[in-house]
Amino acid sequence: MSEEVLATFDVKHLSVLDVEGNLDRTQIAPPDDALVRRMYECMVLSRVFDERALSLQREGRLGTYPSILGQEAAQVGSAIALEQPDWVFPAFRESGVHLTLGYPVDQLFQYWGGDERGMRIPDNMNIFPVCVAVGTHIPHAVGAALAAKYRKDPIVVVAYFGDGATSKGDFHEGLNMAGVLQLPVVFICQNNQWAISIPVKGQTAAATIAQKAIGYGFDGIQVDGNDVFAVHHAAQRAFEKARSGGGPTFIECLTYRLSDHTTADDAGRYRRADEVEAWRVKDPLLRLERYMAKEDLLTDEYRAEVRNRAVQTVDDAVRVMEEHPPPAVEDLFTHTLAQLTPRQARQLKEVTHGPA
Amino acid sequence: MAQLNMVQAINLALRQEMERDDRVVVLGEDVGVDGGVFRVTEGLQERFGAERVIDTPLSESAITGTAIGMAAYGLRPVAEIQFLGFLYGAMEQFFSHGARIRARSRGRFNVPMVVRTPYGAGIKAPELHEESTEAFFCHMPGIKVVIPSGPYTAKGLLTSALRDPDPVLFLEPTRLYRLIREEVPEDEYTLPLGQARTVRQGNDVTIVAWGSMLERVLKSIGDVSADVIDLLTLNPFDAEAILASVRKTGRAVIVHEALKTGGFGAEIAATIAEEGILHLRAPVLRVAAPDVTMPLAKLEDSYLPTAAHIKKAIDEVMRY
Repeated sequence: MSEEVLATFDVKHLSVLDVEGNLDRTQIAPPDDALVRRMYECMVLSRVFDERALSLQREGRLGTYPSILGQEAAQVGSAIALEQPDWVFPAFRESGVHLTLGYPVDQLFQYWGGDERGMRIPDNMNIFPVCVAVGTHIPHAVGAALAAKYRKDPIVVVAYFGDGATSKGDFHEGLNMAGVLQLPVVFICQNNQWAISIPVKGQTAAATIAQKAIGYGFDGIQVDGNDVFAVHHAAQRAFEKARSGGGPTFIECLTYRLSDHTTADDAGRYRRADEVEAWRVKDPLLRLERYMAKEDLLTDEYRAEVRNRAVQTVDDAVRVMEEHPPPAVEDLFTHTLAQLTPRQARQLKEVTHGPA
Repeated sequence: MAQLNMVQAINLALRQEMERDDRVVVLGEDVGVDGGVFRVTEGLQERFGAERVIDTPLSESAITGTAIGMAAYGLRPVAEIQFLGFLYGAMEQFFSHGARIRARSRGRFNVPMVVRTPYGAGIKAPELHEESTEAFFCHMPGIKVVIPSGPYTAKGLLTSALRDPDPVLFLEPTRLYRLIREEVPEDEYTLPLGQARTVRQGNDVTIVAWGSMLERVLKSIGDVSADVIDLLTLNPFDAEAILASVRKTGRAVIVHEALKTGGFGAEIAATIAEEGILHLRAPVLRVAAPDVTMPLAKLEDSYLPTAAHIKKAIDEVMRY
């Protein structure tokens, strides 16, 4: 009889930019100015989009909408490291990912306004439609990665999801399959601390979500999700590893949803104001601005110009969204199957012209 | 032409389609080295390699979900689920995603995948190995449901399913796997999805059946002058073939091994009522299993519709 230790593991947390905007240069080299500006512009656009979506919803011009306030760094920092042929499988709280990748802003509004044509992804972008069922898109990302590996396409596939999704069976089945088959997929969990009213300690008894990757046989890392440079660094490393055949990686972005779960939710019922305030000072956009100010990258003119440009983009998109003619009734039928069934063809006639 | 059983016919369809189209990839539990628990995929991994015939972890939801991602990426995955009762663990993937991604993406992504699974009773297998719940799947828009009734139809329909642009659930009647041998052309051929086949012509009664019940119907009806319709595709189903026959015969009996309440026979009966009632001379009857949990082996024969049940229903409609 003997007892021996067969495995031990460490879980790393990466943070390089503190709340005051100081960069830890022992961990990463300062990102180049153009990249910093792009990150900033994408984060501002995400913030402005989010603000506008919330106000449009209150005015009854948009349906239920899930805010990304506070999660801009996790989304922009990772998406900005993607390349055009890469595939992205978003959940439903990834407006910042869509905007960073250049998704048509009017279509994003259109989708949240209840018009499915908003999810007709442009042909030059490989983003899957928004997935409202929690965590179930994870196996789809694994499948796309398997197909890419089969085709020998040197791309990376990314799945975004929240902490709640890690409680689902598909999270386990998907990560397990990805590990077994060594697929080029990166799982990015935005641990925003709350799955509607259930805090992360109600989702898992594990100390971190990142450590779950160990059980599937690949690397997991926790990063400061409000630190755009840390997120970007971890994502870039994981993407390179995947593209070069190194298999999957799991990234937990430790962040916070500052807003309600959706516009149909009131977070005041289940969480304390002082907790929210404690996170508000860690605002990822403020943190980046402080860094940029220290580096002389943020003049008042530039700041105003970026904001104005974002407002203009969003204004234009809202106008375009509201100018779209309403969807035709044929749209009900067109995309159920590649061809209408005989019964559908009759039903379409009835819907269009009244009962025969 | 070779005399093949259904296992061999399906294997041949898979092999030929994989040779023709390198987008066709097989995945599932035990499909590779072992050739599947019913040996349907036997020899495919040796021929096409482990990259194309993929032994997966025991994960029905991930097999189905992975196949969805592969299909959206441009492959034509064939996912084997070992038994229909095991597909329940992947219903969310199949229903919430496989069936919807074309609609949700407004046609940008489609899911040309086939889920193959043995189904139905008559093999004395354990719990959840003999389910016949095809009606669940017919209620979900965006999925086609195909059920061959023998080796010939299995090969032609599977080839069509593998070329179809939408997700297809291909249900293989387990009882028939090795029960019937038929002449099956070696050359590739297709049978169109959505079309029924009239396997016997008659004037007095229309009998609609599918899967393993077709074999039982043909053995049971004796010299009754019956149109026997093998439905083959349940969704979309060939209503016109049924209605044309009922207009001729004025009587209809529907035979399925699934239980009665909400079974697909209800859809057929309702269709006849809506569109053919004035041609009817008798009530439409359904021969189906009782509304009970699929039993284990000892009571299996009491569950399945028998020749006596089928005869009794025919006699009943012939009284009018």
